Amino acid sequence: MLSNITIGQYFPGNSILHRMDPRVKVLLLLLFLLEVFLFSNAVAYGIFSAITLVMMLLSGVPLCMLLRSLKPLWWIILFTFVIHLFSNPGTPIATVWLFTLTWEGIQMGCFISLRLILLILMSSLLTFTTSPLKLTDAMESLLSPFRRFGLPAHELAMMMTIALRFIPTLIEETDKIMKAQQSRGADFTTGNVMKRLRNMVPILVPLFLSAFRRADELAMAMEARCYRGGIGRTQMKSLKTGGIDYLAIGGFVILTAALLGIKLST
Amino acid sequence: MSFIEFHDLTHCYNLGQKNEHRAIDGLDLSIEKGSFTAILGQNGSGKSTLAKHINGLLLPTSGICLVDGKDTRNLEELWQIRRQVGMVFQNPDNQLIAAVVEDDVAFGPENLGLEPQVIRAKVDEALKAVNMTKYKNFAPHLLSGGQKQRIAIAGALAMDTECLVLDEPTAMLDPQGRAEVLRTVRKLHEERGITIVYITHFMEEAAVADRVVLMDSGRAAADGTPREIFADVPGMKKRGLDVPLAAEVSWQLRRQGIKLPDGIITEDELVEALEAYTCQSN
Repeated sequence: MLSNITIGQYFPGNSILHRMDPRVKVLLLLLFLLEVFLFSNAVAYGIFSAITLVMMLLSGVPLCMLLRSLKPLWWIILFTFVIHLFSNPGTPIATVWLFTLTWEGIQMGCFISLRLILLILMSSLLTFTTSPLKLTDAMESLLSPFRRFGLPAHELAMMMTIALRFIPTLIEETDKIMKAQQSRGADFTTGNVMKRLRNMVPILVPLFLSAFRRADELAMAMEARCYRGGIGRTQMKSLKTGGIDYLAIGGFVILTAALLGIKLST
Repeated sequence: MSFIEFHDLTHCYNLGQKNEHRAIDGLDLSIEKGSFTAILGQNGSGKSTLAKHINGLLLPTSGICLVDGKDTRNLEELWQIRRQVGMVFQNPDNQLIAAVVEDDVAFGPENLGLEPQVIRAKVDEALKAVNMTKYKNFAPHLLSGGQKQRIAIAGALAMDTECLVLDEPTAMLDPQGRAEVLRTVRKLHEERGITIVYITHFMEEAAVADRVVLMDSGRAAADGTPREIFADVPGMKKRGLDVPLAAEVSWQLRRQGIKLPDGIITEDELVEALEAYTCQSN
Protein backbone atom coordinates (compact mmCIF):
# COMPACT_ATOMS: atom_id res chain seq x y z
CA MET A 1 0.00 0.00 0.00
CA LEU A 2 2.89 2.35 0.60
CA SER A 3 5.14 1.04 -2.11
CA ASN A 4 3.78 3.03 -5.04
CA ILE A 5 4.68 6.48 -3.73
CA THR A 6 6.99 8.45 -6.00
CA ILE A 7 8.94 11.44 -4.77
CA GLY A 8 8.16 14.64 -6.59
CA GLN A 9 6.66 14.42 -10.02
CA TYR A 10 9.72 14.20 -12.25
CA PHE A 11 8.86 13.04 -15.75
CA PRO A 12 12.07 11.64 -17.32
CA GLY A 13 12.79 12.93 -20.81
CA ASN A 14 15.30 14.66 -23.00
CA SER A 15 13.51 17.83 -24.11
CA ILE A 16 15.08 21.30 -24.28
CA LEU A 17 13.64 22.02 -20.84
CA HIS A 18 15.11 18.81 -19.43
CA ARG A 19 18.54 19.69 -20.76
CA MET A 20 18.59 23.22 -19.36
CA ASP A 21 20.82 24.07 -16.40
CA PRO A 22 18.55 23.71 -13.35
CA ARG A 23 19.98 26.89 -11.83
CA VAL A 24 18.93 28.92 -14.88
CA LYS A 25 15.52 27.26 -14.79
CA VAL A 26 14.95 28.15 -11.14
CA LEU A 27 16.10 31.76 -11.58
CA LEU A 28 14.10 32.36 -14.76
CA LEU A 29 11.02 30.82 -13.15
CA LEU A 30 11.29 33.16 -10.15
CA LEU A 31 11.71 36.20 -12.43
CA PHE A 32 8.84 35.06 -14.66
CA LEU A 33 6.51 34.71 -11.69
CA LEU A 34 7.55 38.18 -10.54
CA GLU A 35 6.69 39.61 -13.95
CA VAL A 36 3.32 37.87 -13.92
CA PHE A 37 2.59 39.92 -10.80
CA LEU A 38 4.10 43.17 -12.07
CA PHE A 39 2.56 43.40 -15.55
CA SER A 40 -1.17 43.03 -15.33
CA ASN A 41 -2.49 44.29 -18.65
CA ALA A 42 -4.36 42.18 -21.16
CA VAL A 43 -1.57 42.09 -23.77
CA ALA A 44 0.98 40.94 -21.16
CA TYR A 45 -1.32 38.15 -20.03
CA GLY A 46 -1.79 37.06 -23.61
CA ILE A 47 1.98 36.84 -23.98
CA PHE A 48 2.37 34.99 -20.65
CA SER A 49 -0.28 32.45 -21.61
CA ALA A 50 1.30 31.91 -25.02
CA ILE A 51 4.74 31.36 -23.45
CA THR A 52 3.34 28.90 -20.91
CA LEU A 53 1.58 26.98 -23.66
CA VAL A 54 4.73 26.80 -25.79
CA MET A 55 6.78 25.63 -22.77
CA MET A 56 4.21 22.94 -22.01
CA LEU A 57 4.45 21.64 -25.56
CA LEU A 58 8.27 21.85 -25.56
CA SER A 59 8.58 19.89 -22.30
CA GLY A 60 7.26 16.65 -23.82
CA VAL A 61 5.28 16.03 -20.63
CA PRO A 62 1.75 14.74 -21.44
CA LEU A 63 -0.73 17.63 -21.21
CA CYS A 64 -3.12 15.68 -19.00
CA MET A 65 -0.32 15.19 -16.45
CA LEU A 66 0.40 18.91 -16.43
CA LEU A 67 -3.28 19.79 -16.06
CA ARG A 68 -3.59 17.30 -13.23
CA SER A 69 -1.20 19.45 -11.21
CA LEU A 70 -3.99 22.07 -11.13
CA LYS A 71 -6.36 19.63 -9.45
CA PRO A 72 -5.38 20.14 -5.79
CA LEU A 73 -5.74 23.92 -6.18
CA TRP A 74 -8.91 23.85 -8.26
CA TRP A 75 -11.12 24.95 -5.38
CA ILE A 76 -8.89 27.89 -4.50
CA ILE A 77 -8.98 29.09 -8.10
CA LEU A 78 -12.78 28.81 -8.24
CA PHE A 79 -13.21 30.47 -4.86
CA THR A 80 -11.01 33.42 -5.85
CA PHE A 81 -12.91 33.75 -9.11
CA VAL A 82 -16.31 33.88 -7.39
CA ILE A 83 -15.11 36.33 -4.73
CA HIS A 84 -13.82 38.69 -7.39
CA LEU A 85 -17.06 38.45 -9.40
CA PHE A 86 -19.04 40.09 -6.63
CA SER A 87 -16.56 42.27 -4.81
CA ASN A 88 -15.60 44.77 -7.51
CA PRO A 89 -17.55 48.01 -7.86
CA GLY A 90 -18.51 48.98 -11.41
CA THR A 91 -21.21 48.47 -14.01
CA PRO A 92 -23.79 46.16 -12.42
CA ILE A 93 -25.08 43.23 -14.49
CA ALA A 94 -27.20 41.34 -12.01
CA THR A 95 -27.95 41.41 -8.31
CA VAL A 96 -28.31 38.33 -6.12
CA TRP A 97 -29.56 39.21 -2.61
CA LEU A 98 -26.77 41.44 -1.18
CA PHE A 99 -24.22 40.74 -3.91
CA THR A 100 -23.88 42.62 -7.15
CA LEU A 101 -22.29 40.99 -10.16
CA THR A 102 -20.30 43.58 -12.11
CA TRP A 103 -18.64 43.62 -15.51
CA GLU A 104 -15.36 44.70 -13.89
CA GLY A 105 -15.73 41.82 -11.45
CA ILE A 106 -15.84 39.26 -14.27
CA GLN A 107 -12.73 40.80 -15.84
CA MET A 108 -10.85 40.85 -12.54
CA GLY A 109 -11.90 37.29 -11.68
CA CYS A 110 -10.60 36.01 -15.01
CA PHE A 111 -7.33 37.88 -14.52
CA ILE A 112 -6.65 36.55 -11.05
CA SER A 113 -7.62 32.98 -11.92
CA LEU A 114 -5.41 33.07 -15.01
CA ARG A 115 -2.59 34.40 -12.87
CA LEU A 116 -2.95 31.50 -10.42
CA ILE A 117 -3.15 28.93 -13.22
CA LEU A 118 0.00 30.36 -14.85
CA LEU A 119 1.86 30.28 -11.53
CA ILE A 120 0.97 26.65 -10.90
CA LEU A 121 1.63 25.45 -14.44
CA MET A 122 5.02 27.13 -14.71
CA SER A 123 6.16 25.88 -11.29
CA SER A 124 5.08 22.34 -12.05
CA LEU A 125 6.91 22.51 -15.38
CA LEU A 126 10.08 23.01 -13.34
CA THR A 127 9.46 19.97 -11.14
CA PHE A 128 8.28 17.87 -14.09
CA THR A 129 11.45 18.49 -16.09
CA THR A 130 14.05 18.58 -13.28
CA SER A 131 14.93 15.55 -11.15
CA PRO A 132 14.93 16.15 -7.37
CA LEU A 133 18.69 15.49 -7.36
CA LYS A 134 19.34 18.23 -9.91
CA LEU A 135 17.07 20.60 -7.99
CA THR A 136 19.14 19.90 -4.88
CA ASP A 137 22.38 20.65 -6.74
CA ALA A 138 20.84 23.85 -8.11
CA MET A 139 19.76 24.85 -4.60
CA GLU A 140 23.27 24.32 -3.24
CA SER A 141 24.82 26.31 -6.06
CA LEU A 142 22.32 29.19 -5.91
CA LEU A 143 22.50 29.49 -2.12
CA SER A 144 26.29 29.28 -1.90
CA PRO A 145 26.82 33.08 -2.17
CA PHE A 146 24.86 33.40 1.09
CA ARG A 147 27.35 31.15 2.88
CA ARG A 148 29.30 34.18 4.05
CA PHE A 149 26.19 35.28 5.97
CA GLY A 150 26.17 31.95 7.77
CA LEU A 151 23.70 30.07 5.57
CA PRO A 152 24.68 26.36 5.57
CA ALA A 153 24.11 25.83 1.81
CA HIS A 154 26.10 22.59 1.49
CA GLU A 155 24.60 21.09 4.64
CA LEU A 156 21.05 21.82 3.46
CA ALA A 157 21.75 20.18 0.11
CA MET A 158 23.36 17.16 1.79
CA MET A 159 20.30 16.81 4.02
CA MET A 160 18.06 16.86 0.95
CA THR A 161 20.21 14.22 -0.79
CA ILE A 162 20.11 11.90 2.21
CA ALA A 163 16.38 12.45 2.64
CA LEU A 164 15.78 11.54 -1.00
CA ARG A 165 17.92 8.44 -0.57
CA PHE A 166 16.17 7.28 2.61
CA ILE A 167 12.52 8.08 1.92
CA PRO A 168 11.94 4.81 -0.01
CA THR A 169 13.88 2.83 2.62
CA LEU A 170 11.85 4.31 5.47
CA ILE A 171 8.58 3.77 3.61
CA GLU A 172 9.48 0.10 3.16
CA GLU A 173 10.30 -0.07 6.86
CA THR A 174 6.99 1.56 7.86
CA ASP A 175 5.19 -1.02 5.78
CA LYS A 176 7.07 -3.81 7.54
CA ILE A 177 6.40 -2.41 11.02
CA MET A 178 2.70 -1.96 10.22
CA LYS A 179 2.44 -5.56 9.09
CA ALA A 180 4.30 -6.75 12.18
CA GLN A 181 1.94 -4.80 14.46
CA GLN A 182 -1.14 -5.88 12.51
CA SER A 183 -0.09 -9.51 12.78
CA ARG A 184 -0.16 -9.02 16.56
CA GLY A 185 -3.65 -7.58 16.46
CA ALA A 186 -3.07 -3.85 16.04
CA ASP A 187 -5.87 -2.03 14.25
CA PHE A 188 -5.15 1.04 12.12
CA THR A 189 -8.38 1.33 10.15
CA THR A 190 -11.28 1.69 12.59
CA GLY A 191 -12.22 4.17 15.31
CA ASN A 192 -12.36 7.96 15.34
CA VAL A 193 -9.49 10.30 14.52
CA MET A 194 -8.11 10.39 18.07
CA LYS A 195 -8.15 6.62 18.36
CA ARG A 196 -6.43 6.19 15.01
CA LEU A 197 -3.77 8.72 15.93
CA ARG A 198 -3.14 6.89 19.18
CA ASN A 199 -2.83 3.65 17.24
CA MET A 200 -0.04 5.20 15.16
CA VAL A 201 2.27 5.33 18.20
CA PRO A 202 3.34 1.66 17.91
CA ILE A 203 4.44 2.44 14.35
CA LEU A 204 6.21 5.71 15.03
CA VAL A 205 8.27 4.62 18.04
CA PRO A 206 10.11 1.75 16.29
CA LEU A 207 10.40 3.82 13.12
CA PHE A 208 12.10 6.68 14.95
CA LEU A 209 14.40 4.36 16.87
CA SER A 210 15.54 2.70 13.70
CA ALA A 211 15.94 6.04 11.90
CA PHE A 212 18.29 7.23 14.64
CA ARG A 213 20.28 4.01 14.44
CA ARG A 214 20.52 4.38 10.68
CA ALA A 215 21.67 7.97 11.07
CA ASP A 216 24.40 6.86 13.43
CA GLU A 217 25.69 4.17 11.10
CA LEU A 218 25.42 6.43 8.07
CA ALA A 219 27.46 9.13 9.79
CA MET A 220 30.15 6.57 10.49
CA ALA A 221 30.12 5.34 6.88
CA MET A 222 30.37 8.93 5.61
CA GLU A 223 33.30 9.64 7.88
CA ALA A 224 35.02 6.45 6.74
CA ARG A 225 34.76 7.80 3.21
CA CYS A 226 36.61 11.00 4.07
CA TYR A 227 33.56 13.25 4.39
CA ARG A 228 34.39 16.45 6.24
CA GLY A 229 31.75 18.93 5.15
CA GLY A 230 31.56 20.97 1.99
CA ILE A 231 35.06 22.45 2.15
CA GLY A 232 37.35 21.25 -0.62
CA ARG A 233 34.63 19.05 -2.06
CA THR A 234 34.07 18.68 -5.81
CA GLN A 235 31.22 17.16 -7.79
CA MET A 236 31.31 14.51 -10.49
CA LYS A 237 28.26 15.91 -12.25
CA SER A 238 29.01 19.61 -12.00
CA LEU A 239 26.29 21.84 -13.42
CA LYS A 240 27.09 23.46 -16.75
CA THR A 241 25.44 26.45 -18.38
CA GLY A 242 25.22 25.79 -22.12
CA GLY A 243 23.84 27.24 -25.36
CA ILE A 244 20.18 26.55 -24.56
CA ASP A 245 20.52 28.42 -21.28
CA TYR A 246 21.99 31.55 -22.89
CA LEU A 247 19.23 31.38 -25.49
CA ALA A 248 16.60 31.17 -22.74
CA ILE A 249 18.15 34.08 -20.85
CA GLY A 250 18.27 36.12 -24.08
CA GLY A 251 14.64 35.32 -24.80
CA PHE A 252 13.70 36.35 -21.29
CA VAL A 253 15.50 39.71 -21.59
CA ILE A 254 13.67 40.44 -24.86
CA LEU A 255 10.35 39.51 -23.21
CA THR A 256 11.00 41.84 -20.29
CA ALA A 257 11.97 44.69 -22.59
CA ALA A 258 8.81 44.20 -24.68
CA LEU A 259 6.61 44.13 -21.58
CA LEU A 260 8.23 47.31 -20.25
CA GLY A 261 7.69 48.94 -23.63
CA ILE A 262 3.99 48.05 -23.63
CA LYS A 263 3.57 49.24 -20.07
CA LEU A 264 5.28 52.61 -20.69
CA SER A 265 3.44 53.26 -23.97
CA THR A 266 -0.01 52.88 -22.39
CA MET B 1 57.19 -3.25 8.68
CA SER B 2 53.66 -4.62 8.30
CA PHE B 3 50.83 -2.66 6.70
CA ILE B 4 48.70 -2.63 9.86
CA GLU B 5 50.24 -2.88 13.31
CA PHE B 6 48.57 -2.86 16.71
CA HIS B 7 50.91 -2.47 19.67
CA ASP B 8 49.41 -3.20 23.09
CA LEU B 9 46.11 -1.72 21.88
CA THR B 10 43.35 -1.19 24.43
CA HIS B 11 39.95 0.36 23.80
CA CYS B 12 37.40 1.16 26.50
CA TYR B 13 33.86 2.37 25.82
CA ASN B 14 32.38 4.84 28.33
CA LEU B 15 35.76 5.39 29.95
CA GLY B 16 35.56 6.35 33.61
CA GLN B 17 31.83 5.73 33.87
CA LYS B 18 29.96 3.00 35.69
CA ASN B 19 29.29 1.02 32.54
CA GLU B 20 32.92 1.09 31.37
CA HIS B 21 33.51 -1.71 28.91
CA ARG B 22 36.92 -2.91 27.80
CA ALA B 23 36.34 -4.12 24.24
CA ILE B 24 39.98 -4.59 23.28
CA ASP B 25 42.49 -5.51 25.92
CA GLY B 26 46.21 -5.23 25.18
CA LEU B 27 46.11 -6.56 21.64
CA ASP B 28 49.33 -7.08 19.65
CA LEU B 29 48.70 -7.92 16.02
CA SER B 30 50.21 -7.13 12.66
CA ILE B 31 48.71 -7.65 9.23
CA GLU B 32 50.92 -7.84 6.14
CA LYS B 33 50.34 -5.92 2.93
CA GLY B 34 48.52 -8.01 0.34
CA SER B 35 47.28 -10.63 2.81
CA PHE B 36 43.74 -11.93 3.30
CA THR B 37 43.02 -12.14 7.02
CA ALA B 38 39.75 -13.42 8.44
CA ILE B 39 38.82 -12.38 11.96
CA LEU B 40 36.53 -14.68 13.91
CA GLY B 41 35.05 -14.40 17.35
CA GLN B 42 31.83 -14.42 19.30
CA ASN B 43 29.61 -11.38 19.66
CA GLY B 44 31.32 -8.91 21.98
CA SER B 45 34.79 -10.29 21.41
CA GLY B 46 35.99 -6.93 20.03
CA LYS B 47 36.00 -7.69 16.29
CA SER B 48 34.06 -4.63 15.17
CA THR B 49 35.93 -2.36 17.57
CA LEU B 50 39.16 -3.65 16.07
CA ALA B 51 37.91 -2.96 12.53
CA LYS B 52 36.98 0.62 13.39
CA HIS B 53 40.49 1.29 14.66
CA ILE B 54 42.03 0.47 11.30
CA ASN B 55 40.77 3.64 9.65
CA GLY B 56 40.60 5.82 12.70
CA LEU B 57 36.84 5.78 13.30
CA LEU B 58 37.79 4.83 16.84
CA LEU B 59 41.05 5.86 18.47
CA PRO B 60 42.94 3.68 20.94
CA THR B 61 42.41 4.36 24.65
CA SER B 62 46.00 3.28 25.09
CA GLY B 63 48.55 1.67 22.81
CA ILE B 64 49.24 2.42 19.17
CA CYS B 65 47.55 1.61 15.88
CA LEU B 66 49.81 2.11 12.83
CA VAL B 67 48.55 1.93 9.25
CA ASP B 68 51.28 1.96 6.62
CA GLY B 69 53.56 3.48 9.27
CA LYS B 70 51.10 6.29 10.09
CA ASP B 71 49.60 6.71 13.55
CA THR B 72 45.78 6.95 13.47
CA ARG B 73 45.90 9.48 16.32
CA ASN B 74 47.73 11.92 14.06
CA LEU B 75 44.92 14.08 12.65
CA GLU B 76 47.02 15.31 9.72
CA GLU B 77 47.48 11.80 8.42
CA LEU B 78 44.02 10.49 9.29
CA TRP B 79 42.54 11.47 5.89
CA GLN B 80 45.36 9.72 4.08
CA ILE B 81 44.70 6.61 6.19
CA ARG B 82 40.99 6.72 5.41
CA ARG B 83 41.81 6.96 1.74
CA GLN B 84 44.06 3.91 1.96
CA VAL B 85 41.68 1.85 4.08
CA GLY B 86 38.12 1.38 2.85
CA MET B 87 35.38 0.09 5.15
CA VAL B 88 32.32 -2.01 4.34
CA PHE B 89 29.77 -2.34 7.13
CA GLN B 90 27.19 -4.94 8.01
CA ASN B 91 23.95 -3.19 7.06
CA PRO B 92 23.93 -2.58 3.30
CA ASP B 93 21.21 0.07 3.59
CA ASN B 94 22.96 2.31 6.06
CA GLN B 95 26.14 3.00 4.15
CA LEU B 96 24.90 4.22 0.78
CA ILE B 97 24.50 7.98 0.79
CA ALA B 98 23.23 9.07 -2.62
CA ALA B 99 19.95 8.28 -4.35
CA VAL B 100 21.69 7.00 -7.51
CA VAL B 101 24.29 4.23 -7.59
CA GLU B 102 27.00 6.11 -9.51
CA ASP B 103 26.59 9.22 -7.36
CA ASP B 104 27.13 7.07 -4.31
CA VAL B 105 30.35 5.59 -5.69
CA ALA B 106 31.46 9.15 -6.50
CA PHE B 107 30.90 10.29 -2.90
CA GLY B 108 34.40 9.32 -1.71
CA PRO B 109 36.38 10.87 -4.59
CA GLU B 110 34.19 14.00 -4.37
CA ASN B 111 35.21 14.36 -0.74
CA LEU B 112 38.85 14.17 -1.83
CA GLY B 113 38.29 17.16 -4.11
CA LEU B 114 39.27 15.48 -7.39
CA GLU B 115 38.47 16.91 -10.85
CA PRO B 116 35.04 15.89 -12.25
CA GLN B 117 36.48 13.94 -15.21
CA VAL B 118 38.94 12.10 -12.92
CA ILE B 119 36.05 11.15 -10.62
CA ARG B 120 34.02 9.93 -13.61
CA ALA B 121 36.89 7.67 -14.73
CA LYS B 122 37.39 6.26 -11.23
CA VAL B 123 33.67 5.63 -10.74
CA ASP B 124 33.31 3.81 -14.06
CA GLU B 125 36.39 1.73 -13.31
CA ALA B 126 35.23 0.84 -9.77
CA LEU B 127 31.75 -0.17 -10.96
CA LYS B 128 33.35 -2.39 -13.61
CA ALA B 129 35.58 -4.03 -11.00
CA VAL B 130 32.56 -5.13 -8.95
CA ASN B 131 30.58 -5.98 -12.10
CA MET B 132 27.80 -3.46 -11.44
CA THR B 133 28.19 -1.18 -14.48
CA LYS B 134 24.73 -1.84 -15.80
CA TYR B 135 23.13 -0.74 -12.53
CA LYS B 136 24.88 2.64 -12.42
CA ASN B 137 21.67 4.66 -12.81
CA PHE B 138 19.60 2.58 -10.39
CA ALA B 139 18.30 3.79 -7.04
CA PRO B 140 19.95 1.81 -4.19
CA HIS B 141 16.64 0.64 -2.73
CA LEU B 142 15.92 -1.30 -5.92
CA LEU B 143 19.07 -3.44 -5.54
CA SER B 144 19.49 -6.71 -3.65
CA GLY B 145 21.58 -6.85 -0.48
CA GLY B 146 24.53 -8.44 -2.25
CA GLN B 147 24.44 -5.77 -4.95
CA LYS B 148 24.33 -3.00 -2.35
CA GLN B 149 27.41 -4.44 -0.64
CA ARG B 150 29.21 -4.55 -3.98
CA ILE B 151 28.35 -0.86 -4.47
CA ALA B 152 29.81 -0.16 -1.03
CA ILE B 153 32.99 -1.98 -2.12
CA ALA B 154 33.05 0.07 -5.34
CA GLY B 155 32.76 3.23 -3.23
CA ALA B 156 36.00 2.29 -1.47
CA LEU B 157 37.73 1.24 -4.72
CA ALA B 158 36.95 4.61 -6.32
CA MET B 159 39.16 6.19 -3.64
CA ASP B 160 42.10 3.96 -4.71
CA THR B 161 41.92 2.01 -1.50
CA GLU B 162 44.81 -0.37 -0.74
CA CYS B 163 43.07 -2.24 2.03
CA LEU B 164 39.45 -3.27 2.51
CA VAL B 165 38.11 -3.82 6.00
CA LEU B 166 34.80 -5.69 5.84
CA ASP B 167 32.83 -5.89 9.08
CA GLU B 168 30.47 -8.86 8.72
CA PRO B 169 29.51 -7.79 5.20
CA THR B 170 27.41 -10.90 4.59
CA ALA B 171 25.57 -11.18 7.92
CA MET B 172 22.33 -9.73 6.50
CA LEU B 173 22.46 -11.37 3.07
CA ASP B 174 20.90 -14.44 1.51
CA PRO B 175 23.21 -17.29 0.39
CA GLN B 176 23.39 -15.95 -3.15
CA GLY B 177 24.32 -12.45 -1.99
CA ARG B 178 26.91 -13.95 0.34
CA ALA B 179 28.56 -15.82 -2.52
CA GLU B 180 28.54 -12.65 -4.71
CA VAL B 181 30.26 -10.56 -2.07
CA LEU B 182 32.87 -13.19 -1.21
CA ARG B 183 33.62 -13.77 -4.91
CA THR B 184 34.11 -10.02 -5.45
CA VAL B 185 36.40 -9.72 -2.44
CA ARG B 186 38.54 -12.70 -3.53
CA LYS B 187 38.81 -11.35 -7.05
CA LEU B 188 40.01 -7.95 -5.81
CA HIS B 189 42.50 -9.66 -3.53
CA GLU B 190 43.90 -11.87 -6.28
CA GLU B 191 43.87 -9.41 -9.18
CA ARG B 192 44.86 -6.20 -7.45
CA GLY B 193 46.66 -7.43 -4.38
CA ILE B 194 44.33 -5.45 -2.10
CA THR B 195 44.87 -6.26 1.57
CA ILE B 196 41.69 -7.78 3.01
CA VAL B 197 40.58 -7.83 6.64
CA TYR B 198 37.39 -9.87 6.69
CA ILE B 199 35.31 -10.16 9.83
CA THR B 200 32.74 -12.91 9.66
CA HIS B 201 30.60 -15.43 11.48
CA PHE B 202 30.61 -17.86 8.58
CA MET B 203 33.39 -20.41 8.88
CA GLU B 204 33.18 -21.38 5.22
CA GLU B 205 34.08 -17.79 4.36
CA ALA B 206 37.00 -17.75 6.79
CA ALA B 207 38.31 -20.96 5.21
CA VAL B 208 39.30 -19.09 2.00
CA ALA B 209 41.56 -16.63 3.87
CA ASP B 210 45.35 -17.01 4.15
CA ARG B 211 45.20 -16.39 7.85
CA VAL B 212 42.60 -16.61 10.61
CA VAL B 213 42.75 -14.57 13.81
CA LEU B 214 40.48 -15.71 16.59
CA MET B 215 39.34 -12.96 18.94
CA ASP B 216 38.24 -13.71 22.47
CA SER B 217 37.50 -11.07 25.16
CA GLY B 218 39.49 -8.40 23.35
CA ARG B 219 42.60 -10.48 22.72
CA ALA B 220 43.86 -12.61 19.87
CA ALA B 221 43.23 -16.10 21.28
CA ALA B 222 44.57 -17.98 18.27
CA ASP B 223 46.29 -17.01 15.07
CA GLY B 224 47.24 -19.22 12.16
CA THR B 225 46.23 -20.61 8.78
CA PRO B 226 42.62 -21.80 8.47
CA ARG B 227 43.89 -25.39 8.53
CA GLU B 228 45.66 -24.89 11.86
CA ILE B 229 42.75 -23.07 13.45
CA PHE B 230 40.01 -25.43 12.28
CA ALA B 231 42.01 -28.54 13.21
CA ASP B 232 41.31 -27.71 16.85
CA VAL B 233 37.61 -28.58 16.77
CA PRO B 234 37.16 -28.98 20.57
CA GLY B 235 38.97 -25.68 21.19
CA MET B 236 36.71 -23.84 18.74
CA LYS B 237 33.59 -25.34 20.30
CA LYS B 238 34.76 -24.34 23.74
CA ARG B 239 34.87 -20.71 22.52
CA GLY B 240 31.33 -21.02 21.22
CA LEU B 241 32.36 -21.08 17.57
CA ASP B 242 31.68 -23.50 14.76
CA VAL B 243 34.13 -24.98 12.30
CA PRO B 244 33.42 -25.56 8.59
CA LEU B 245 31.15 -28.55 8.04
CA ALA B 246 33.91 -30.59 6.35
CA ALA B 247 36.26 -30.06 9.32
CA GLU B 248 33.53 -31.10 11.73
CA VAL B 249 32.62 -34.24 9.76
CA SER B 250 36.24 -35.35 9.40
CA TRP B 251 36.86 -34.75 13.10
CA GLN B 252 33.82 -36.84 14.08
CA LEU B 253 34.89 -39.61 11.69
CA ARG B 254 38.41 -39.60 13.12
CA ARG B 255 36.91 -39.96 16.57
CA GLN B 256 35.06 -43.06 15.32
CA GLY B 257 38.41 -44.53 14.37
CA ILE B 258 38.28 -43.83 10.65
CA LYS B 259 41.77 -42.75 9.62
CA LEU B 260 41.49 -39.50 7.67
CA PRO B 261 44.36 -37.02 7.20
CA ASP B 262 44.47 -33.86 9.34
CA GLY B 263 43.65 -30.39 8.07
CA ILE B 264 40.53 -31.06 6.00
CA ILE B 265 38.51 -27.84 5.78
CA THR B 266 36.75 -27.82 2.41
CA GLU B 267 34.13 -30.21 1.07
CA ASP B 268 36.27 -31.13 -1.93
CA GLU B 269 39.12 -32.16 0.34
CA LEU B 270 36.75 -34.26 2.45
CA VAL B 271 35.35 -36.06 -0.62
CA GLU B 272 38.86 -36.76 -1.87
CA ALA B 273 39.98 -38.10 1.52
CA LEU B 274 36.92 -40.33 1.81
CA GLU B 275 37.47 -41.72 -1.68
CA ALA B 276 41.09 -42.46 -0.85
CA TYR B 277 39.97 -44.10 2.39
CA THR B 278 37.36 -46.36 0.74
CA CYS B 279 39.84 -47.42 -2.00
CA GLN B 280 42.36 -48.29 0.70
CA SER B 281 39.99 -50.33 2.82
CA ASN B 282 38.63 -52.29 -0.16
